Amino acid sequence: MTAPRIPAAGGQSAEVPADVLIRDPQAADSLAPELSQRTEIWRRFRKNKLAVAGLAIIVIEVFAAVLAPVITFIDYKSIAFEGKLAPSAAHWFGTDALGRDVYTRVVYGSRISLQVGLASVTLALVMGLAAGAVAGFYGGKLDGFLMRITDVFLAFPYILAAIVLITVIGRSLWTVIIVLGALGWMPFARLFRGSILQIKELEYIEAARAAGCGDWRIITRHILPNAIQPIIVYATIFVGTAVLSEAALSFLGVGVTEPTPAWGLMIAQGRAYLFTAPGLLFFPGAAIFITVMAFVFMGDGLRDALDPRLR
Amino acid sequence: MAGYTLRRVLLIVPVVWGAMTLLFLAFMVRGNPIETLIGERASSATVRAQITQKYGLDQPVLVRYGRYLKNVSHGDLGRSYKQGRSVNDILKQTAPNSLRLAVWAILIEILIGLTAGIISAVRQYSFLDTFVTVSTTMLVAVPVFVLGYLFQYALGVYAFQHNFPAWLRFPTSGIGPNKWYFGFIPSAGEWKYLLLPAVTLASVSTAVVARMTRTTMLEVLRADYMRTAVAKGLTPRRVILKHGLKNAMIPVVTLIGLDLASLIGSAVLTESVFNWPGMGGTVARAAQSLDAPVVLGLTLVLVVAYVVINLLVDLSYAFFDPRIRYGGDAT
Repeated sequence: MTAPRIPAAGGQSAEVPADVLIRDPQAADSLAPELSQRTEIWRRFRKNKLAVAGLAIIVIEVFAAVLAPVITFIDYKSIAFEGKLAPSAAHWFGTDALGRDVYTRVVYGSRISLQVGLASVTLALVMGLAAGAVAGFYGGKLDGFLMRITDVFLAFPYILAAIVLITVIGRSLWTVIIVLGALGWMPFARLFRGSILQIKELEYIEAARAAGCGDWRIITRHILPNAIQPIIVYATIFVGTAVLSEAALSFLGVGVTEPTPAWGLMIAQGRAYLFTAPGLLFFPGAAIFITVMAFVFMGDGLRDALDPRLR
Repeated sequence: MAGYTLRRVLLIVPVVWGAMTLLFLAFMVRGNPIETLIGERASSATVRAQITQKYGLDQPVLVRYGRYLKNVSHGDLGRSYKQGRSVNDILKQTAPNSLRLAVWAILIEILIGLTAGIISAVRQYSFLDTFVTVSTTMLVAVPVFVLGYLFQYALGVYAFQHNFPAWLRFPTSGIGPNKWYFGFIPSAGEWKYLLLPAVTLASVSTAVVARMTRTTMLEVLRADYMRTAVAKGLTPRRVILKHGLKNAMIPVVTLIGLDLASLIGSAVLTESVFNWPGMGGTVARAAQSLDAPVVLGLTLVLVVAYVVINLLVDLSYAFFDPRIRYGGDAT
């Protein structure tokens, strides 16, 4: 079967994949309904005040992370000798034991947290979706094998496994990201596998197959868009959890290393000054709390907005 | 059911073996234990040779792996590089402390979590309900260690600085006299050392239990048999506790069981914050000082505990909910 050709800009003809012509709700030719679906989701999302607040916090934080050099006035490594631990006009959140500005370090810390959160969720998504797709789509022995592997991975207490792995590989930002991703992909695999098992017997998949689609195209173009919603929700909450885990690991001394301004590390260093300068500990602590809350609220809001039946 | 149980028990073997192998490989890759043993002091070649021989580091990897498997299966977890004593000793010393803390955390979790959840469901949309919902959401987002320091600061530092009454002042660190009745009931001087770490450890799980109880309770309250119970003229207390709670408990019980396992993770943090001499804090410290045998040994014990608890929880589903049958032998 030859695919129909339509003239594209510039006079050349482009091949249109045959399955685009099939009328399934996600296909590219039904652009208008999709737009209105997005509007509808956004309308529902907007109604949830906490979710909007979460989104706002995340946006602000992303800006703060990107613009960190602009909104802080001191180098995060520079040391003020005349400084006192207590907050002052020059040092809004005070300085740490080495005389470094805590406000600056909290702002820069958002870079670390967001990097870890976003990069590890990407890694977990890629691994989880790949494993889930293979297990769910091809089934059989491969499915059994992959699901046993997820069982084994899930059998490790999360923090302990992370501590051991990082001790082995060595402490660095990338180690933390890889370890959190490598320990977090299982729920994505299970979610996606479950959806594939449900969807792959549906008629429009059969139609796509009849139109000559390969496995890859069926999985990415026909199944994924219809299975993505719970995955998006879980991924949002995963980012919050990853921020929390990164802080815990840094706090335990197996995360990122000095002089990187990571919130968990700042708390670990501030613990000695709980009596004299609790702010050293509580400013970064509050930053972690607010960030995680934002992602949790946004995840909850997304769940309600994407699937109103779940309420 | 028997077939399912057997399969699940057998699955423990590859998991534990996998854990052992991974842990062993992990610390093999990680280079030079001699450096770890000697530390930063200068050392002569003779000393190095002696240490190498003492710990059997000159043997090929496979031989060491075989010996490690053999020792562990005989219950010998090896010797600490740093502390000069056997990991079994360390385990014997720390495990009871961890267990006591965990038991109390679970009791707190059940007591507060269930109460909050029930009240919140029975008085839906009341002030108390809103309070429970908001505070449990927030509790999940507070890092365990930050919460621990908040408690320490409020009741251990601020309370002393501002002369709070004696019963409101708490020590911030350590296990105190470490005296217990019947193994886990704290003595008069002990409970103050126990309370803050136990509450901290229980915090996240308490929030989860409260929310879960609320959800299932709300579902159950709408059931027909609840209306029947009210119509029969039973007192509200009896309706809620006897007819409602019993049926709302099924998912909550399994949740509490699973939390038992996740407590292990939070325990690492809580024990570090409060310097509680348990297994979690010891693992964290050993990981920092690259004391491989301690990390290996204690982690292995924790993994086994975790796997066994998960198994028991899964099997208990069928016990609490007769509708669930495993292994396809039900009709």
